[in-house]
Amino acid sequence: MGEFAYVAPTSVADAIDVLQEHARSGRRVQALAGGTDLLVQLRGVDKAPRTIVDVKKIEETNRLDIGSDEIYIGAAIPSALLNENAELKALLPGLVEAADLIGSSQIQGRATLGGNLCNASPAADTTPAMIANRGVCVIASGGGSREMPVEAFCTGVGVNALAADEFLLGLKFPRPPARTGDAYLRFIPRTEMDIAVAGCGVSLTLDDTGVCTAARVGIGAVAPTPLRVDAAAEALLGTGVGDAALAAAGVACTAASSPISDKRGTVQYRRKVVAVLCRRAGAIARGRALGAA
Amino acid sequence: MAEAVDYQVLGTRPVRPDGVDKVTGRAQFGADQNLPNMLHGKILRSPHAHARIKRVDLSKALAMDGVCAAVTGADFPTVASGVSIGEAGGDVMDIAHNVMARDKALYHGHAVAAVAATSLEIAEQALDAIDVEYEVLPPVLDVLQAMAPAAPLLDENCFTKNLPEKPDKPSNVASVMALSRGDVEAGFEQADLVVEGEYRIPMAHQGYIEPHACTATVNEEGKATVWCCTQGQFDFRTAIAKILDWKVGDMKVVPSEIGGGFGGKTVVYLEPVAVLLSQRAGRPVKMVMSREEVFRATGPTSGTVCRVKVGAKQNGRITAAKAWLAYESGAFPGAPVGPGAMSIFAPYDLENFLVEGHEVRVNKPKVAAYRAPGAPQSMHAMEVALDDLARQLNMDPLDLRMVNAADEGTQAPYGPKFPAIGFKACIEAAKKHPNYTAPLLEGAGRGVAAGFWFNVGMQSSAEVRLNEDGTVIVMEGNPDIGGSRASMSLMAAETLGVPYEQVKTYVGDTESTGFCNLTGGSRTTFATGMAVVRACEDIIAQCRSRAAATWGVDEEQVEWRDGQAVPAPGVNADVNPLSLADLAAGAPRTGGPILGRASLNAQGAGASFSVNFTDLKVDQETGAVEVLSFTAVQDAGKAIHPAYVEGQMQGGAAQGLGWALNEEYIYDADGVMENAGFLDYRVPVASDLPMIDTEIVEVRNPSHPYGVRGVGETPIVAPLAATANAVRDAIGIRINDLPLSPPRILAALGGE
Repeated sequence: MGEFAYVAPTSVADAIDVLQEHARSGRRVQALAGGTDLLVQLRGVDKAPRTIVDVKKIEETNRLDIGSDEIYIGAAIPSALLNENAELKALLPGLVEAADLIGSSQIQGRATLGGNLCNASPAADTTPAMIANRGVCVIASGGGSREMPVEAFCTGVGVNALAADEFLLGLKFPRPPARTGDAYLRFIPRTEMDIAVAGCGVSLTLDDTGVCTAARVGIGAVAPTPLRVDAAAEALLGTGVGDAALAAAGVACTAASSPISDKRGTVQYRRKVVAVLCRRAGAIARGRALGAA
Repeated sequence: MAEAVDYQVLGTRPVRPDGVDKVTGRAQFGADQNLPNMLHGKILRSPHAHARIKRVDLSKALAMDGVCAAVTGADFPTVASGVSIGEAGGDVMDIAHNVMARDKALYHGHAVAAVAATSLEIAEQALDAIDVEYEVLPPVLDVLQAMAPAAPLLDENCFTKNLPEKPDKPSNVASVMALSRGDVEAGFEQADLVVEGEYRIPMAHQGYIEPHACTATVNEEGKATVWCCTQGQFDFRTAIAKILDWKVGDMKVVPSEIGGGFGGKTVVYLEPVAVLLSQRAGRPVKMVMSREEVFRATGPTSGTVCRVKVGAKQNGRITAAKAWLAYESGAFPGAPVGPGAMSIFAPYDLENFLVEGHEVRVNKPKVAAYRAPGAPQSMHAMEVALDDLARQLNMDPLDLRMVNAADEGTQAPYGPKFPAIGFKACIEAAKKHPNYTAPLLEGAGRGVAAGFWFNVGMQSSAEVRLNEDGTVIVMEGNPDIGGSRASMSLMAAETLGVPYEQVKTYVGDTESTGFCNLTGGSRTTFATGMAVVRACEDIIAQCRSRAAATWGVDEEQVEWRDGQAVPAPGVNADVNPLSLADLAAGAPRTGGPILGRASLNAQGAGASFSVNFTDLKVDQETGAVEVLSFTAVQDAGKAIHPAYVEGQMQGGAAQGLGWALNEEYIYDADGVMENAGFLDYRVPVASDLPMIDTEIVEVRNPSHPYGVRGVGETPIVAPLAATANAVRDAIGIRINDLPLSPPRILAALGGE
């Protein structure tokens, strides 16, 4: 049956050692960042003993760099710190808003982008926003490190692409060019403290005439994994992101979705609402891109 | 309306006596009782919604290290049917079989066995070691399906009660009832127009924050003490004793602070099990439910189907009204269809009406009381139908209600003539309210509905003790759910003529205070308050007697004024007034300690009426509702502590809005509740609600010394229909069923 153990390595190499040792011996191991999902699961859904590897003591998971080309957000940085970073908020307001939607103020003192992604919930709020912002996962691996786009990271409900000897170090985003705006919206039946019934993140860049030159759309809670919807982005490209283009992008989101009916919403409802959210998020992103011009 | 009375402390808003301990975390709630050598108990619950229990084998669990006792239904005594306990009127046999299943599990989560072990972890592991053989039976989950002749039967011995002839076949319909007056069909013939509809509301839970919890210890003499969160320590004592076949006198029940009850903590679940486990193990046993257990295995309120037909003249006068009600009782009989039927038409003066009620067993948890049990569902149907009627008549919905309003002297549909009541005063206050005269925001909708609850009296005792320094202790036996300690202290202070701060009210256990029925039926401030006032009058009589003895005059020559014994007017005595402190100090010389007592069965609980209205907006693309304002107007008789009356009104509105908009038990086809947690059983969060505006109307209840009417339950009745009517106003489409969740509204808008 095994026992619970807690380790808090201070270097990537030490963390990898722990993971590799468990992989060899077949003992269960799980990484812990803020713990806002893991601790709840440990108390209720899955109480089986395992080794908990706390990744919060590692320099690379705690770094927040806003460079001239690239933004790096360590996997263990809590949402509250993202929200307090004025520069990040100005550059990626939609992403920060997505992080700010999760849980309460207390939860946001612990909850992280990395944990939200690794938990691989189809309804994770930050994932569509990260997809829209061209997020890339930086993964520490037994063989060194590797990278993959955020949209490739979740491989199923609660399942991610990490191998047994890997953990997520951080997330990289290209620094948004001029006249770029992003937004993330989700639908919940309440005003807070709830899980997305559908979610949509949009990032777009406009030229100086207001024509869309780059776009990315991510959707959540409408398929087993969060999705990048290229058809929605294409519907916006080359347009002034007016009502017709936004409506077409919404239709593309509906077409890309494959939701289920459950206690949180029906198939029909989710397919309809993801289009509404795409239109509304697209309009906000456009406003931000124009404001940023 | 009675003339205004000048009170010294009634109507003021002092800090509640239990407030500081609650906000600093010192208050002891149900799960806070710990004892030396205490064990932890857990319940094994049925994984099937309907199954015959063929065999339960505890041997592997009992063989585990750290497991000290394990029990099944076979370890409980056989309990005969026939005694009713608790506010919801459950039969003791059914309560016993709900506490622990015997031959059948009747819902997913029904208790099947229990263990006590040295740690919670071992107790949980021991549950996995219990071997149960089930014969799985098809469940029936819907009230109408359960009524169908071919439905799977929960109980082969359940024959519908109150039919003209005893039926020859068993049924899931536990009982039927009817109320009528006049000639309904003739009434409909006189009508200029008729509205009708069928309205469905799923099961909903009270959603109290504190899960059920208790600690029990049975000593070597066979005496038990039970600490628990309960709405009534005396009713719990009776229930535990009956279920375990104990003497009431061998059992002491100590109520903890209570983290919400709303009717849901009127029923025993864990307590008899903890006592039995403690008796077997010889050690104290603590049991605490998880949130999931609370949802799956404690009493929500009935899911219902209500059909209503109302006929009226062009002037709005109702000529006839008819209702057909079917209420889920859950696994055992005891649905609040009676109060549902008696309340549905109560606000109105009707010549012709007929209500037929059915309580129906389904494979879901046994329902328990929830604030005005039964009334919100039936009155939702009536108040929605009246809204449709007002639209067709092009009448203000408040005017329509005024035209038909019950008043003093109106014969209530459930029998008696109303004494002074405040329904018309509530309608008038609503009509004048600035929120009602304010124009609607663009795109918003406004809905109006009336509410009602009978309120009850029942038995109460109180003891008032004069301390040696003149401070006062009030001892009574009603757990404080809504600020009742503050209202008892206020009434005692007013009666004695002393400041509020001089009085402290305690809630006693079953051995430290006289019998009180449970805190329910909005009875505490009314009935126990009456006992407190009488006990204070007893103190005053004794104080007058002591003063007379001190002064050497007759008792009739002493008056009680402003907290002091004074010579009556015209009495020639050169003496100083004697305060409570003086009399307390002199007590050793005048006859010993001064103690006042009262016990009574309070009669004349005044009905409390309400009018609610709300403005809200609907997002036409998502179906989401934003509540812009909510206004509750209610008759309190006399608001002893207005802030806690307003709190009751606001709390009822919050719960009613949650019920109207999002709350519901969601079941899969096998009868497993899918949303047994606060994440997906969506009670409103603070940011979902506007500030709920309140206006207290005071039409004195002639039966209470200070005119009090109970105020705790009426507030949840009107919000359901007020919300439904506002959504109708906003979107132009009537949706008959609740909750008005975004998917339901969007589907109605044709947006799918």
